[in-house]
Amino acid sequence: MFNNFFFIGLPYAALVIVLVGSLFRYFRFGFKVSSLSSQFLEGRELFFGSRPFHWGIIFLFFGHAVAFLFPRSVIAWGSLPVRLIILEATALGFAFLTLFGLILLVQRRFKKKRILAVTSKMDVFVVVILLFQVGSGIWIAFFDRWGSVWFASVLTPYLKSIFLFNPDIAAVSAMPSGVQIHIISAFIFIGMIPFTRFIHFLVYPFVYIWRPYIYVIWNWDRKTIRQSKKLVNGVRSKNF
Amino acid sequence: MDVRSQISMVFHLDKCIGCHTCSIACKNIWTDRKGAEYMWWNNVETKPGTGYPSKWEDQDIYKGGWEVRGKNLSLRGAGKFKGLKNLFHNPSLPVIDDYYEPWTYEYAHLFEAKESDDQPVARPVSLITGEYITPSAGPNWDDDLSGSQEYARNDVNFKNLSPQEQEAMFELERMTMHYLPRICNHCLNPACVAGCPSGAIYKRGEDGIVLINQKKCRAWRMCITACPYKKTYYNWNTGKSEKCILCYPRLETGQIPACMHTCVGRIRYLGVMLYDADKTKAVASCAEEELVDRQLDMYPDPFDPEIIKAARENGIADSTITAAQKSPVYKFVKKWGLALPLHPEFRTLPNLFYVPPLLPTMAFVENGTYETTSESFWGAIEKSRLPMKYLANLFSAGNEKTIEIVLKKLMAVRLHRRDVTVGDLPENEITDPMNEVSMDKETADAIFRLTSLSLFTERFVIPAAHREEAMEMLESTADVKGNIGFGFKEPPKRGL
Ligand code: SF4
Ligand code: SF4
Repeated sequence: MFNNFFFIGLPYAALVIVLVGSLFRYFRFGFKVSSLSSQFLEGRELFFGSRPFHWGIIFLFFGHAVAFLFPRSVIAWGSLPVRLIILEATALGFAFLTLFGLILLVQRRFKKKRILAVTSKMDVFVVVILLFQVGSGIWIAFFDRWGSVWFASVLTPYLKSIFLFNPDIAAVSAMPSGVQIHIISAFIFIGMIPFTRFIHFLVYPFVYIWRPYIYVIWNWDRKTIRQSKKLVNGVRSKNF
Repeated sequence: MDVRSQISMVFHLDKCIGCHTCSIACKNIWTDRKGAEYMWWNNVETKPGTGYPSKWEDQDIYKGGWEVRGKNLSLRGAGKFKGLKNLFHNPSLPVIDDYYEPWTYEYAHLFEAKESDDQPVARPVSLITGEYITPSAGPNWDDDLSGSQEYARNDVNFKNLSPQEQEAMFELERMTMHYLPRICNHCLNPACVAGCPSGAIYKRGEDGIVLINQKKCRAWRMCITACPYKKTYYNWNTGKSEKCILCYPRLETGQIPACMHTCVGRIRYLGVMLYDADKTKAVASCAEEELVDRQLDMYPDPFDPEIIKAARENGIADSTITAAQKSPVYKFVKKWGLALPLHPEFRTLPNLFYVPPLLPTMAFVENGTYETTSESFWGAIEKSRLPMKYLANLFSAGNEKTIEIVLKKLMAVRLHRRDVTVGDLPENEITDPMNEVSMDKETADAIFRLTSLSLFTERFVIPAAHREEAMEMLESTADVKGNIGFGFKEPPKRGL
């Protein structure tokens, strides 16, 4: 019962919420999709917090993603103890980097009056869940060691089963409670994306890489309208 | 040739009285909101001075605008590589202290204070934190402080003036100043547009106004760095950037932008300029000395049949072409060559042109006495209190020749009018200066008229937006047919 709820119910709820919620927020409340940067109010301390935190968490995210997408390669890599240790140590290093940045960001947010003035309830939630997630991750790295290997062999199949709509929770139910907590809070985190500033990483500006620098919008194509014989003419405004 | 139309402006600096009416008009309409208090889409600075935000012209600090690297034109502090790399922390972003912390006064205390021996006072409180603060900076904190150590001395445009020249400017008797009202230049090569990672900033094809789509802005803050004029502002409350919209809702309905409509000195002119968009890149990356001339070459003659044909082919309405022909901006900038762009070396090709101020030229100190006599009636331009190089740093990327010609023309007009109204000067004192800049009497009269006696409708020539089509500049009406209505209906509440 307990396991069904947390390892089947919660993941699906989170995935549905993040999908529907994000789309809804993006299309219905576009104005509220923002990274809400506070650098304008305080820049120096942000530098020491934001950079390590973001680079750290991006590495960790891709680390998890690789273990999920290429489990065989990860296991193969970990078959030699030296390589395994290097991998684990690097990952742990990045986890500490993330935690370090996060702690600086948290104390900045609550110590600086100006930043506190732009802190919402959801920002407090963001901070708590991130601290919890990174903290539990580090806990696992210490007490349930060699995660890169067992993640690929135990959690990857579980996550895959979730995505294939054929949930198999036998393995995950048997995991140590530290790992279970990490998983549960991860799904809470995912489910909360549409309700927090986390939404900003879904709108990372990839298009910038290939779009031309100068962007001109013709809201109204006079030529098409003059020459068209259609009743409803005009081009759709590209300025979504 | 790709002829487009652009709403452009001329500010006549000799006429600006520094009253800030323009700023207040703008503030009352657009930026009287939480998070926008510190934004002055229109601001007026005293020159010499550090401006707003402090030292905005110093691109070694703020890294704004374009630079030519090798053969390429690239953004100095933003762009694809730097922008995405610095998304988590932008090292050249000004912070609120480079502007000022907005404040109000605790007025309620005047009524609610308990009875006591002292008069209650309204103390200043921060509009961000709500705490008591002592204001120590503001949007025009250096107003009229032309000789001050703190502000005028730190003017960025002194950088290549010799110590003697600088010293001379701070002699009490020579001290001088002028005002510099600034709004967004709605540039032809806008750095803010290029710097925005999410593509929220765009230039409207129809009239060249540069706008920020509030729904697409994600607070990546790169436009603030990219704009060398610091005319995009970050709203710390909503987490969105904002900038001057050239009162486009007013323009579309045939009204004048608020700052221009209210301008007490009547220094402002607005009209259409046709330009050749194909030239943009080449001009923006040309050598610094050529920047002004080549930018002015981008605006073709709206009377030329070839140009009219090309404009029509591009879908420009006849009413817009007529407006371009009547444009006061065209007259000042192209026909008479009196107006120059501000800091052309930033390479954004700004569309706000300034008639440089003809500063008092007479007095100087000689043998300890305050000398006001000079051999000719209005003194020689070269004897101007403000070194020519200073004005050149502002308006012609350091090219003194360009600015000198403009000032000589302005002087010729004055001499001619002195002749007409008073007639007390020997003839050669009038004809010589006029011949030097090859100006005839008709032109001088026309310049005089448009400068001092022009009617509202001569100062502002707005192309008809065609009421029936005006809405379609904003969105396609066909898309929202049978729908609830147009536009953006969401209250601008901060996101989560
Ligand atoms: S002045 Fe600045 S904000 Fe305005 S168009 Fe130019 S670059 Fe953009
Ligand atoms: S309202 Fe006109 S005269 Fe007054 S400060 Fe503004 S630009 Fe100058």
